[in-house]
Amino acid sequence: MTATAIEAEGLRKRYGGTWALDGLDLTVREGTVHGLLGPNGAGKTTAVRALTTLTRVASGRARVCGFDVADEPDEVRARIALTGQYAAVDEYLSGRQNLVLFGRLFGLTPRAARRRAEELLASFGLAEAAGRSVNGYSGGMRRRLDLAASMIVVPRVLFLDEPTTGLDPRSRNQVWDAVRSLVSGGTTVLLTTQYLEEADRLADLISVVDAGRVVAEGTADALKSRIGGDRVEVVVREAGDLSATAALVGRVCRVEPAVDAESRRVVAEVGDRVAALTDVAGALRAAGLPVEDLGTRRPTLDEVFLRLTGGATDRRADDGRDTEREGAAA
Amino acid sequence: MSVGLVGGVRPRGAARRGPGVALSHGLVMTRRNMAQLARSPEEITIYFSLPILFVLVFGYVFGSGMRVPGGGDYREFLLPGVFAMTMLYGMGATATSVAFDSSRGVVDRFRSMPMARSALLVGRCLADLLRGVLEMAVLVVCGLLVGWEWHRGPGYALLAVGLVLLLRMAMSWIGILLGLLLPNPDTVGTIVFPLAFPLTALSSVFVAPELMPGWLGPVAEWNPLSATVAAIRELFGNPGLGGESWAAEHATLLAVAWPVALVAVFAPLAVRRYQGLTD
Repeated sequence: MTATAIEAEGLRKRYGGTWALDGLDLTVREGTVHGLLGPNGAGKTTAVRALTTLTRVASGRARVCGFDVADEPDEVRARIALTGQYAAVDEYLSGRQNLVLFGRLFGLTPRAARRRAEELLASFGLAEAAGRSVNGYSGGMRRRLDLAASMIVVPRVLFLDEPTTGLDPRSRNQVWDAVRSLVSGGTTVLLTTQYLEEADRLADLISVVDAGRVVAEGTADALKSRIGGDRVEVVVREAGDLSATAALVGRVCRVEPAVDAESRRVVAEVGDRVAALTDVAGALRAAGLPVEDLGTRRPTLDEVFLRLTGGATDRRADDGRDTEREGAAA
Repeated sequence: MSVGLVGGVRPRGAARRGPGVALSHGLVMTRRNMAQLARSPEEITIYFSLPILFVLVFGYVFGSGMRVPGGGDYREFLLPGVFAMTMLYGMGATATSVAFDSSRGVVDRFRSMPMARSALLVGRCLADLLRGVLEMAVLVVCGLLVGWEWHRGPGYALLAVGLVLLLRMAMSWIGILLGLLLPNPDTVGTIVFPLAFPLTALSSVFVAPELMPGWLGPVAEWNPLSATVAAIRELFGNPGLGGESWAAEHATLLAVAWPVALVAVFAPLAVRRYQGLTD
């Protein structure tokens, strides 16, 4: 049996009138990447704050690397690293100064701290900007510096709270590469994300979080098959054709399609997307219905949550911090 | 990309503790704060412009209409007041930096690291003291240029500077607590100024309390700022040594007691707030 890196049981935490964590259970095996997937306000950030000893829960227990987060916070802190939603680096210092500072705090000698800083600056593509003040860094550079700071002394468990929110695709890929490289060195990662794709690419196992608890858990593939298959989507030119189109799509795909009048859109869940697309295209042409757009797509995160939770996304203000920080980042 | 995970750095293990670790972490944080200051020269410029402006405006514009009880040059009377006032306003800079750190998640990162809990706050306080030394150096030069000087020799003058720095330490802890309570750095200024300005006006910084009407005089005399100002006027040998009230007679005692009492109250509050920064 593989050892357990994180073990949480029945975590509850209230902010104002709502339970940000409402009985969250979580088990993360050592050496794996575990994704916490959920909408804004689902309680992901609160869970990370509880597990990294930053906040105390009202009830429930959690152990990280075998140490209780409430009773032995020092032992937990000695083994973890946290990269939060907002790059926690010093604006007024250079990239190099930031890393040397953290190295010193981790007990490295000045010389070792400088050497480690140079290594990390090179690995994260920041060598050129090393002497510049972080003020002038792009969002992606900050996030990379932040990750580098988490890796100065290799943590046993790395907590990544929405590590790529607000990043461009290139920076996102760089962050993902860095995470993979870290995992190959044996570090366990708990990753929170709003992006299905991110969880899909990085996580061995995904816990879907909603309203402060885990509502589904499994591999990306397992979750996707629970969520359903691909969609065929038709956008009609005239709103008046919506009902005729919906009837036609329903007949061809043999399901009840969803109709969104505002965007003049008809969506049907299908098994074989290529066959369905061909059939729908043919039927539309035969019926002479003018179409603006026609295509297939994967289920969206919204649909995942609709399916798993029966509710809409973004309906609470849970972490409050979530929104605040994104606001500050923007 | 290779992160160079091995790189001769041992993986994380058990927590390190002890006063030596706390001190070394505190010093690292001090260096961090000083490096920040060195990287933002505009902050230093803005920072020094206010006290120098006060010296010029009060010393030359209002100064001609000011009276120093017992006689003496108003600018000689004024400078010790400006020294203390600058320490008081330093509270705002402290609060702003602390609030900036906590709003940016830097505090979260430090709190999730295996470092001494006290390091961030102690480092801030030490850096404030170093900053206070810098401020005093600039103000002393400014004072010498406008005709202020110390009359009782360098020993007493250094003692006076020590009292000024003691006040700075007290203001630093109040500033740290404020910064932790007000997580938005932009609101700090709007809170600190209305707090600091009446404290300055209702003290012996600009006007001798004996010249204030009725009940205002005693209020100004017991103001912590006045205690330091009166004590350092005496140590520097500058004019305007208060009246015959108890507070005026025991200015040096109060100049030590007030800051010590303020630190005793605000430092534990700040540490508690820092440790319990849960939401």
